[in-house]
Amino acid sequence: MTLKDLTKPWAAFNYGFLDESAKRELRRKMLKAVAVPGYQVPYASREVPMARGWGTGGLQATLTLLKPTSVVKVIDQGADDSVNAVSIRKFFARVGGAVETEDTQKATIIQSRHRIPEEKLREDQILVLQVPDPEPLRAVQPDMSIAREMHGDADYGQLWLVLYEQLVKSGRIIQGSSYPSMVNGRYVISPSPIPRWDVKKLHQADHLTILSAGREKRIYAVPPYTNVEPLVFDDVPYRVEDHQDKTCYRSNVTGFFMNELPQDDGSSRHELSDSHFGVKQIRRNEGEAVEIAKTWYNNGRMD
Amino acid sequence: MAALFNTVPRHEPRLMLAEPMLSMRGISKSFGEVKAVIDVDVTVYPGEVLGIVGESGSGKSTLLRMMNLEDTPEAGSYHLSLPDQEERNLFTLDRFERRMLRARHIGIVYQNPHLGLLMGHTSSGNVAERLLIAGNRNFADLRSRARESLQASEFPLERIDARPRELSGGMQQRVQLAKAIALEPAVLLLDEPTTGLDVSVQALVLDTLKRLQQERAITMVLVSHDLGVIRTMADRVMVMRRGRVVEQGLADQIFQDPQHEYTQQLVHAKL
Amino acid sequence: MDMQVSKSGASPVLRVEGLSKQFEMHHLRRTLYAFEDLNFELGEGEFILLKGENGAGKSTLLRTLYRSYRPRAGHAFYHTKEGVIDLAAAADVDIAVLRRREIGFVTQFLNARPRVAAEEVVAEPLRLAGTPHAEALVEARRWLAAFGVKKQLWPAYPSTFSGGEQQKVNLARALILPQRLLLLDEPTASLDHTARKALVDRLTELKASGVAMIGVFHHPEDVAGLIDREIHLKAIKIEDEADNVVQ
Repeated sequence: MTLKDLTKPWAAFNYGFLDESAKRELRRKMLKAVAVPGYQVPYASREVPMARGWGTGGLQATLTLLKPTSVVKVIDQGADDSVNAVSIRKFFARVGGAVETEDTQKATIIQSRHRIPEEKLREDQILVLQVPDPEPLRAVQPDMSIAREMHGDADYGQLWLVLYEQLVKSGRIIQGSSYPSMVNGRYVISPSPIPRWDVKKLHQADHLTILSAGREKRIYAVPPYTNVEPLVFDDVPYRVEDHQDKTCYRSNVTGFFMNELPQDDGSSRHELSDSHFGVKQIRRNEGEAVEIAKTWYNNGRMD
Repeated sequence: MAALFNTVPRHEPRLMLAEPMLSMRGISKSFGEVKAVIDVDVTVYPGEVLGIVGESGSGKSTLLRMMNLEDTPEAGSYHLSLPDQEERNLFTLDRFERRMLRARHIGIVYQNPHLGLLMGHTSSGNVAERLLIAGNRNFADLRSRARESLQASEFPLERIDARPRELSGGMQQRVQLAKAIALEPAVLLLDEPTTGLDVSVQALVLDTLKRLQQERAITMVLVSHDLGVIRTMADRVMVMRRGRVVEQGLADQIFQDPQHEYTQQLVHAKL
Repeated sequence: MDMQVSKSGASPVLRVEGLSKQFEMHHLRRTLYAFEDLNFELGEGEFILLKGENGAGKSTLLRTLYRSYRPRAGHAFYHTKEGVIDLAAAADVDIAVLRRREIGFVTQFLNARPRVAAEEVVAEPLRLAGTPHAEALVEARRWLAAFGVKKQLWPAYPSTFSGGEQQKVNLARALILPQRLLLLDEPTASLDHTARKALVDRLTELKASGVAMIGVFHHPEDVAGLIDREIHLKAIKIEDEADNVVQ
């Protein structure tokens, strides 16, 4: 037996870019995160060929989940075709041999930061959310070791205090994205910078959601069929963005989350924020037989 | 013969039939070599105001911190007369239980408002936080109860949404007080609540405290080095020196007929 | 001193045995002697007048019985419904209970709190004893009227009153609640005629209802009709122990 027999053949990088021990670390921490829904599990965040803060946490989670049969969709601000989304998607194809897609239904792994697709995700799909700041208590408690104690004690009164003061000052809750939400009745999470519109999609979902913050080295999860409740007052119901009546000027579809496009004359137009969902709608309008899955919202309402 | 003065026999109460609201037994606490509190007993009955007087370093503030469960002693037990805690030495509670107990049953007003208030949040929010910790999740109710509590502590209602850091010292103490009484605590702890305020402001804050105490029969423990404050507020007085209780008695007795040499010094220096 | 026994038939309220008081002035290394070995009894509805020159310890005795002063030795057995309790040694909280319910101290000095109306000051003892606020206020106003406090002063703060008016408020407060034992420390001093009459009328009424009283009066003739017995106190002259103290 020679030394050559004992070693693996040379390769430019390991499958899925990360080395096996890094993936094992992430898998273990993901399992722990699934076991304790909403709990922020610290993990050894690795270097990846991307600047921290640009989705390195999501990237590592997806790289770990990747297998040759994976079909990957990457969303940036709702769109599949932005530079960042395209580069990340291509990276998965190159280092993991994954199939690239823009179609939510076809994807097995969906990595995103600002949006959850409008089409309902299934049990066999995994949503990976890139989280810039995983700590919902940061606004009220700058000392992270105290914040961890507060999580331990479920000491979340100050988060409601922030909402109380928004109501006092503005007459409504102005917290837009990263709306603090209670997972499984125990831990409050920051659900990444998704709009209030999307937070409700996490509640009792069929799919698994992994939330990963590369810079902050924290990973947490919302397992399938788990309660996710945005923090609210008994007498002030949770309100999503007022997009129910908005119509997409491209696809003519109404009742989904929209991007607002300011016009020169001061008015504004709207287009679907979920770009590929919009593409499908337009194709269908043009007579193509496009399959569109059930959506979370119907006519701007979620039941 | 002089010894007789310091050995007035202590008798168990016979007419006071209520259980003590607060009782501490055999409390001792050291910081390194320094013995801050040495074998101190404290009993406070419902609706009573106990004044603890002594100079800095006497151990009075350390004792109060232990009453607030911020610190635990090396020896001693602590009971509050609460429906569900009767049998438990509160020093054996874990951090979570201590926090819940403090939030629900103990109110405190610190000399330094930074210790008691979230300076960047609104005044009404500071009061509401107390209720939020206790699980109140109704905005309208939080709002009205915060307002009521601030009104009871004679805080100007047009300023309830001002931040404490924009308020005067006297107003900050009123916010602390409103927060402390919002949940009708079993005991209200006051740590030099008016020290550092202008004399005229001090009188007004004391007046509010006195009125609230009488209207609501709040059980209070008041720590101060200021005999004037103690005289205004306290029913009974404990005099502490170097970690020990040197004398205790009814407030008028302590002021009119102090027994211990140290108390006489204190009282006569003041008068 | 020999025991002064109350008149036959009256059930006892207070029995004082060997009561002594002296003040140890540590900083002066001196002892001030007030009274020594007092013995007397006071029965229901009895009125004892304390007599003696200035400094004989008359006020000191009243304050010792009220426990504003701590006695040096002896006993003051007070008969409560719950049994006999020694005022000289009882727990502080028990004394506080007795002061609220049964033992009143009537003096000319008012410890007025700022920003509490005169009528509230007077009504307070009733309120603390459980009388509804409105009812207590009605009663308080009746007494303020009886003592000749002008109506426009009722809602005002006594801390702003003249000495005479403050005294009336204080007396009304001290006498509004029927006590079992009243300690009277020169309550009539400098009172005008109306107030003095109201006071004596009230004392007469209370005595008839069984309240025991012991007091010092500058002009005993004010209460001449009430007095059952007199106790004479003499100033104690004792060698000053401080002479023996090494400076």
